[in-house]
Amino acid sequence: MGDAHYFGDGLTYLNPSDLKGKLIAIEGTDGVGRSTHIELLQEWLEVQGYGVITTGWTRSNLMSKTIEVAKEGNTIDRWSLSLLYATDFADRLEHEIIPALRSGFIVLADRYIYTAFARDFVRSADRKWIRDVFGFALVPDLVCYLRIDVETLALRVIETKAMNYWESGMDLRLGNDLYDSFKKYQSLLIEEFDKMAIEFNFEVVDARKSLEDIQDELRSKIQQLLTEEGLARTAPVVEDAQL
Amino acid sequence: MSEQPPISTPPHPYPGKLIIVEGIDGSGKSTQLLLLHKWLESKGHKVFFTEWNSSELVKDTTKRGKKNKSLTPTTFSLLHATDFASRLYHEILPPLKAGMLVLADRYMYTAFARDVVRGVSSEWVRKLYSFSIKPDMAFYFKVPIEVAISRLLGGTRGQFKYYEAGMDMNLSQDVTESFRTFQSRILAQYDKIVDEYQLITLDATKDIAKQQDAMRRLVDEALKDYKPKRGTHGRRSLFWRRFDVPKSE
Repeated sequence: MGDAHYFGDGLTYLNPSDLKGKLIAIEGTDGVGRSTHIELLQEWLEVQGYGVITTGWTRSNLMSKTIEVAKEGNTIDRWSLSLLYATDFADRLEHEIIPALRSGFIVLADRYIYTAFARDFVRSADRKWIRDVFGFALVPDLVCYLRIDVETLALRVIETKAMNYWESGMDLRLGNDLYDSFKKYQSLLIEEFDKMAIEFNFEVVDARKSLEDIQDELRSKIQQLLTEEGLARTAPVVEDAQL
Repeated sequence: MSEQPPISTPPHPYPGKLIIVEGIDGSGKSTQLLLLHKWLESKGHKVFFTEWNSSELVKDTTKRGKKNKSLTPTTFSLLHATDFASRLYHEILPPLKAGMLVLADRYMYTAFARDVVRGVSSEWVRKLYSFSIKPDMAFYFKVPIEVAISRLLGGTRGQFKYYEAGMDMNLSQDVTESFRTFQSRILAQYDKIVDEYQLITLDATKDIAKQQDAMRRLVDEALKDYKPKRGTHGRRSLFWRRFDVPKSE
């Protein structure tokens, strides 16, 4: 990321200009298939010889447990919830993402700051504060947004796993039961993601297509980025093996 | 992002009053707040006390992060902001809405001073806390660094804690020396904050009782327009209510 920069007020003690790797974020609402695609992308990139690490929302060493416990309580306020996400993100940014980028890895992020933006916005109708909070985030080289409509999403989530309290935004009391609430909550999130897609130039991928088609599209977006940055691998580099 | 107006933050709209104290470790602010608490209760006020970094939500996480020394300036700052948000929502706002007095040992100014010394952007940390409310009274207990050191070393604690001394910043191998450098920088930040947010500065080198007198005078003055929510017998009213015969309407 030769032109790496922070989203807002960055880390004053860390200059991002020496980060060589690429940061790619996969965004989209719950149950849209992000993690499956990230697994496939990692495999595809590693076969080509790229170093890859993945990082997932709320999976930091410092915070994953704390966030789980907080969500069990069902009494968390909007600010604390967003700040817990921010702390988790900061821990992963400084301990995983930045070190990997410095060593030239491709970082695949399962969700990024835009998830926090959408979730906070539907709870507060305020965009400014949450964007200020995440000012220290690196702007990704590429954001792929797996877009789906709420009807298809609802069916898919019911088929694969049950709807849960937080994915249904039950803390917002948008509907009388999980299903009604899920649909209202997820439509609000999708609406906000759609707006951000334009504002932040997401690459939008239609997540209603087949898994293969979606994967192909994601690969071509990433290939394009790597080519533009002069990182494309045309043929396997094996000549040294002869020696 | 756009500029923000911290000084022109309007007063909160709630019937209660929020009184906070600030100062470095060893300034004696907690002692003064405790004495104020006793006095206010003796006058029959309903008082609620809340303390920096004490919420159930993140206390253990902060402890763990400190223990394995994995906290960065940014996660340190964010964890304290989370703690503050959680206490604001659960502990500070409800009593203020109910018309009570809320006493807070440290407030967001602690973060503005300490986190900036640790290396986060001063603009960022102010934006982080923009959801907070302005206290009705904010006291700053100003103390020279040597006085704070001798109090802490001579007092019950006997030694400095790792983060309190800023040992994470590699200022010095010697804990006392590290404390001196770290807390001196915090004092310099506090000096700026006092002007920026108009904190009331009290001379924390004076006798405990003298400081308390000054504090009580100022609080008394500030509470003139305050309509206290108090039980008829102070704290005991809660006890007696259980035996009240329900009044017929």
